Amino acid sequence: MASVFEYAPAPESRAIADIAPSYGLFIDGEFVEAADGKVFKTVSPSTEEVLSEIAQAGSEDVDRAVKAARRAFEKWSALPGAERAKYLFRIARIIQERSRELAVLETLDNGKPIKETRDADLPLVAAHFFYYAGWADKLDHAGYGPNPRPLGVAGQVIPWNFPLLMLAWKIAPALATGNTVVLKPAETTPLSALFFADICRQAGLPKGVVNILPGYGDAGAALIAHPDVNKVAFTGSTAVGKEIARTVAGTRKKVTLELGGKGANIVFDDAPIDQAVEGIVNGIFFNQGQVCCAGSRLLVQESIQEELLDSLKRRLSTLRLGDPLDKNTDIGAINSEEQLTRITSLVEQGEAEGAERWSPACELPESGYWFAPTLFTNVTQAHRIARDEIFGPVLSVLTFRTPDEAVAKANNTPYGLSAGIWTEKGSRILAVANKLRAGVVWSNTFNKFDPTSPFGGYKESGFGREGGRHGLEAYLAPSSPEGER
Amino acid sequence: MNATDRLNVLKTYKLYVGGKFPRSESGRVYEVSDSKGKWLANAPLSSRKDARDAVVAARKAFGGWSGATAYNRGQILYRVAEMLEGRRDQFTREVADAEGLSKSKAAAVVDATIDRWVWYAGWTDKIAQVVGGGNPVAGPFFNLSSPEPTGVVAIVAPQESSFLGLVSVLAPVIATGNTAIVVASENSPLPALSLAEVLATSDVPGGVVNVLSGRTAEIAAPLAAHQDVNAIDLAGADEVLAKELEIAAADNLKRVLRPQPVDYAKTPGTDRLTAFLETKTVWHPTGSLGASGSSY
Repeated sequence: MASVFEYAPAPESRAIADIAPSYGLFIDGEFVEAADGKVFKTVSPSTEEVLSEIAQAGSEDVDRAVKAARRAFEKWSALPGAERAKYLFRIARIIQERSRELAVLETLDNGKPIKETRDADLPLVAAHFFYYAGWADKLDHAGYGPNPRPLGVAGQVIPWNFPLLMLAWKIAPALATGNTVVLKPAETTPLSALFFADICRQAGLPKGVVNILPGYGDAGAALIAHPDVNKVAFTGSTAVGKEIARTVAGTRKKVTLELGGKGANIVFDDAPIDQAVEGIVNGIFFNQGQVCCAGSRLLVQESIQEELLDSLKRRLSTLRLGDPLDKNTDIGAINSEEQLTRITSLVEQGEAEGAERWSPACELPESGYWFAPTLFTNVTQAHRIARDEIFGPVLSVLTFRTPDEAVAKANNTPYGLSAGIWTEKGSRILAVANKLRAGVVWSNTFNKFDPTSPFGGYKESGFGREGGRHGLEAYLAPSSPEGER
Repeated sequence: MNATDRLNVLKTYKLYVGGKFPRSESGRVYEVSDSKGKWLANAPLSSRKDARDAVVAARKAFGGWSGATAYNRGQILYRVAEMLEGRRDQFTREVADAEGLSKSKAAAVVDATIDRWVWYAGWTDKIAQVVGGGNPVAGPFFNLSSPEPTGVVAIVAPQESSFLGLVSVLAPVIATGNTAIVVASENSPLPALSLAEVLATSDVPGGVVNVLSGRTAEIAAPLAAHQDVNAIDLAGADEVLAKELEIAAADNLKRVLRPQPVDYAKTPGTDRLTAFLETKTVWHPTGSLGASGSSY
């Protein structure tokens, strides 16, 4: 949409992130080639430019990395908590120092806007290491019994939507509690994890404590199934989560799963409309909607539907889509061609099932993977776009009349990760929040994260919590008076 | 008439589902014997349909039970202990028969079981303070993490400890506001079926606890695969069955508590309480003025 005020381009310099033409796997403190010599390319989703060639981990590499982590475990777990804490504090500080470089890198590799990597991802990444650093020497006081023990080697598999943040969520509590780590980043976003390997080197972290294995799903599956892995942590799709739950069945492996969602964002008739509109936009268009806790179902009270949708459409028309490195960009690129295809197909199904599709006038760049912010009205609960996680910038709008109906519709999903409530009435916030079956409920705000706050889902959104004191439990063997475990 | 000539009245043991005492819909029973092989009673041999009916009853009861105040749940659980105390002799006899214990040893087990109910009754209104709380968020937000029951929990009760073990796995599930379907010890189901009579007369709403007897593997399989069951406690499953059930449970990502060696005589920790709790974190903006932001 042509506007009175046009914005001049304000690109961040990409020279800040020095990307090497190739990277190895990070095993036992060294960058090494894959055992079978395989490599894959990582591309920038906004331009399709090849950024680097990455060694691709296979099962032999997984075995090597687990062995390295096992060797390192003995010393690392025996280290006084205060010493482990200092390593983590160092890492947190180095991340802060290098945060501009990492933000640019993440934007290049993932396609999300620089303002998000710079203002959301990186500060949170540093904060997570800082937070869990402080726990390392206080585990006796965490409420998991006296002298809680680490589990051993943690196998961690993370997704591409928040590559560095998910790394922080997994590695910080694992190291604080004395575990060692083998982490597999997603195949479309391996770079920041490899830069993190360099941060471990700068921090002087002992060899083998952190191992990074870029690769595909087969490497992740091999890691999770490895008999010498004691703890499995996964963030990703519900389908893969179920597969992992089957894989670990009958073993002693402890598991936490952070899976999909279909968050309901409930707007009552007394909500502050302008704030709600900002919250809705943040809820579904943050990171192009590629967020497991995205507010992808808007439940709006019938009496204000028209007013709210008018405001929302007006607001969407002002969103700027384009170069993720531009500091004024609101909507960046979709992470991969594969993901773009998935979004496109679900949106086409939405139209075919009779929902009404709307997008603001929006010019998409010629190269790269792009999808315009999209809104569906006339959506029913039976529509696939109201049930399946789309993981893209697509909002489905449903209506309700009473709070009970809002709760019933919000809970009508196998997922249970997040929900939002917009109302000026405090008692209604508490009453509705109480009835929502979701691990995180934002009232009069959305998509807020903090290392002190446990995050995780009910039902098929997975089990376990990350963040806060609760996040430690996943990495500790409980010292139960019932007996040895 | 001589007292020894009197024919005693035998009890027909029944299932406990939705607050009622039905026979198995299958019409089947199986023989239950004491440790020496003497016939004690015919227990209902539950079917898959009984298991599904129990899930419906447990789901129906969940809203009311999880929505009751923690104080109220504590009172009701304590009432269960009161009722158990009144039936101490009956349970002593049943436990002695079931587990082949002397009368005094069985009495000690029953005492420990009653004490365990009392222990868990006291937890209902305390666990939230122990595992929940406010989080010091770096921003103008107030947020609070509270534990909530995960939903309907299927329990494969311990096989050997027919009463103390049973109560040790059941009480924490319902103390935290979940509703339960118990698959009683296969060979020694009678104490569990009698416990149901106590629950029915202790203000525990119908459907909160449902007790099934029969072949563990036959009843547990449909429960582990059931889409409306949220969690499963595998305490009484052997290694092979536990693995099968855990695989089935993955289908809707049930919370799984694996079997583990437990000394039920020892005071339990909070692990069995927290195993069936979710943590919900509710956020709200505060504006920028914190609690200590005043200059007064």
